[in-house]
Amino acid sequence: MSKKILRRMAKNQAGTVVAVKVAGDLGLRLREMGIVPGTRIKIQGRAPLYDPVAVKVMGAVVSLRNNEADHIEVEVESGEG
Amino acid sequence: MRAEKQIKIALAGNPNAGKTTLFNRLTGANQHVGNYPGVTVEKKEGECRFNHHLIRVVDLPGTYSLTAYSEEEVVARDYLVRERPEAVVNIVDASNLERNLYLSCQLLELGLPVIIALNMIDVADDRGVKIEAAKLSELLGVPVVPMIARRGQGVDALLAAVLRLAATPAPSAPRPVSYGEDLDRAIISLAGRIEAENVLADLYPAPWVAMKLLEGDARLAAQVKEAAPEFIPTVMAEVNGVIAHLDATVASTTEAMIADHRYGFIRSVVRQGVITVQSDEDRIYISDRIDQVLTHRVAGPLFMLAILLGLYYFTFTYSEMPVDWLMRGFNWLADAVAAILPDGYLKSLMVNGIIRGVGGVFSFVPIIMFMFFGIAILEDSGYLARVAFMMDRVFRTFGLHGSSVMSFIISGGIAGGCAVPGVLATRTLRSPRERMATLLTTPFMNCGAKLPVMALFISTFFTQGKARMMFLLTIISWVCALLVAKFLRSTILKGVPTPFVMELPPYRFPTLRGLLLHTWERTGDYLRKAGTVILAASVLIWAMMTFPALPTAQKAVFAARRQALGAPAATVAVAISPAMKAQLGRIDAEEAEAVLAHSLAGRFGHFLEGVSRFTGFDWRTNIALVGGVAAKEIVISTLGTAYSLGEVAVGNDGSLAAALRHNPAWNRVSAFSLILFVMFYSPCIATIACIVRESGSWRWGAFAMTFNTLFAFLLSTLVYQAGMALGLG
Repeated sequence: MSKKILRRMAKNQAGTVVAVKVAGDLGLRLREMGIVPGTRIKIQGRAPLYDPVAVKVMGAVVSLRNNEADHIEVEVESGEG
Repeated sequence: MRAEKQIKIALAGNPNAGKTTLFNRLTGANQHVGNYPGVTVEKKEGECRFNHHLIRVVDLPGTYSLTAYSEEEVVARDYLVRERPEAVVNIVDASNLERNLYLSCQLLELGLPVIIALNMIDVADDRGVKIEAAKLSELLGVPVVPMIARRGQGVDALLAAVLRLAATPAPSAPRPVSYGEDLDRAIISLAGRIEAENVLADLYPAPWVAMKLLEGDARLAAQVKEAAPEFIPTVMAEVNGVIAHLDATVASTTEAMIADHRYGFIRSVVRQGVITVQSDEDRIYISDRIDQVLTHRVAGPLFMLAILLGLYYFTFTYSEMPVDWLMRGFNWLADAVAAILPDGYLKSLMVNGIIRGVGGVFSFVPIIMFMFFGIAILEDSGYLARVAFMMDRVFRTFGLHGSSVMSFIISGGIAGGCAVPGVLATRTLRSPRERMATLLTTPFMNCGAKLPVMALFISTFFTQGKARMMFLLTIISWVCALLVAKFLRSTILKGVPTPFVMELPPYRFPTLRGLLLHTWERTGDYLRKAGTVILAASVLIWAMMTFPALPTAQKAVFAARRQALGAPAATVAVAISPAMKAQLGRIDAEEAEAVLAHSLAGRFGHFLEGVSRFTGFDWRTNIALVGGVAAKEIVISTLGTAYSLGEVAVGNDGSLAAALRHNPAWNRVSAFSLILFVMFYSPCIATIACIVRESGSWRWGAFAMTFNTLFAFLLSTLVYQAGMALGLG
């Protein structure tokens, strides 16, 4: 088990969100999408230019830009990716 | 017969949870779209009858929460607390329960009479997710009705539950969520003071006000301040004290803490036997498989190009015929009216002002309908979100949003679109600044109305390499639009990018009913709102080109010349020789030129020569450009009048081309300067009307007119002066 910033995660890698270090509008948007500590998150894919990234959260696919993913810290599950 | 009882309900829910589907199911075509006062958020209302009740349904904008960060959320929140609907139907996507309950949780915090419509249980079922509706209802303390809105399943049960809830007196405000010891204590203390002072008691429960103040809700703080100005300093002192304390001890914002506890509450609910998942969490759904192809690194962009081109050809190929019919129809009407009315201002106003003006609006309608139908398919199927996803990296560089690409392409990013549906398509953008920048730059694209003007000048002055020229102009339009967008985003629309965070909804087959309603609603909207403005503007431009009339002395000169030819009075139908007819036509054309030169528009044209000499335009071109604001095609017909050629029809401009070629004032450089000017100057009236409507302010319409004209002027001046200096003329 190791902590990783969401941007650095590989495709199909999964883990549990441990921290969302941003306030304001962006923090709110992330939270209302279910990206809060304790949520399981999985990298679904990336856009052709490698940015934004699509993640699977609570059964939905959510896309966010790489610089937005920088604020999210994930405890990566071992064995995958 | 029993008298009908009226009740009012609101639909609330996340985007993509099936809210609109349910609304359409309930109200059918019996709906009305308006705007909430002061904002551009759509307000959809409708009615349905059930069990001797007339139920008024308001479809609130789709939101994920009830904070004050977006217009949609503010609108939804204000509506709920001010209008106090008898029931709030909260549509919840069963296949994505936890996230959807985040909004439900906030509705419950407000103490609203909530009913949960547990939608898409079939999708959840396919995914191996079983939900115990009764258990969920018991834990949340509100009715839960499972349903499949797409098939209309469960709708009657929902309405029955709505009537039952509406018949019971409103429950007292429950606050089911604990936000942790520290915050709970602070909320109780603050709520006590708020209650004692009776602040906003008619709108919100006191604990909710306390919680929102702690959450840092600026809008609510302002409301409290307005309601109780002397009360706010002490309350805010307490609030800030709590926030500072928590920041120091747990290093987290109150906002985040409250959100975390809401999710904590939701998790505790769903884990008490509400959800049973029978499949692997990482199972790949069909939607994910489609995404593996459609957003694939190489195949994705290719599919996108093909799909967008397809939409484009669909729209402009299939709308060509009805547009043609409408144009013919209006021409026929114009001729018929012209034949009935006697010569004079009334006839001129009816034919050239009103019928042509209204015809101009109506001939756009088929294009708009087809385009909206196509966009509705892309939107409802979930593909539009993927386009935004793929294009975002490129467009963000210029301060725009991935979704901007749609508007650009529709407006003529591939030459030949129309800026009107392009501007209306910006509705799919949720970020306000990016949306404004898109709105203001889409008219730079080469729409179908600019094409005849461009074609005329290209074929007259750039006989070699026409296709290359057209391609070059398309590139120029994109480059300028993106650079201007960047400029706007770093000046008047300055601001950090709105978070891109958005859902990529699962692919779904759109329902025909939904598509038709969508199309119908938006088209009607365009007709009503834009129609009135365009009509008024057409009449104004007609008046500018007609008044003041030629002095009687000058009119007499033309009349005398006709008389000299031995022409009969207009009222007497006598066969005249073709030669005489041609000469009479010549005189008519000369008179038309004189009338135009003498009119307000003509004088304006002369007046503008002072500046237009920098771009190489004479007064005739100036008038044509002024007329072109009504619709870009008019540039050609007005040039025809100004060069004494009589009426010049689009596509039949051989004589005009010859006149231009032999006129010493025209050369390749001035022609190129004019093409650029036509591409970039003020959008046409129909587009301006839509910009005003979509931005919610006439100021943006005025801005588009002046800014674009200024931009075009500078660009044309640069090109003309440089070209002439280099001796390319």
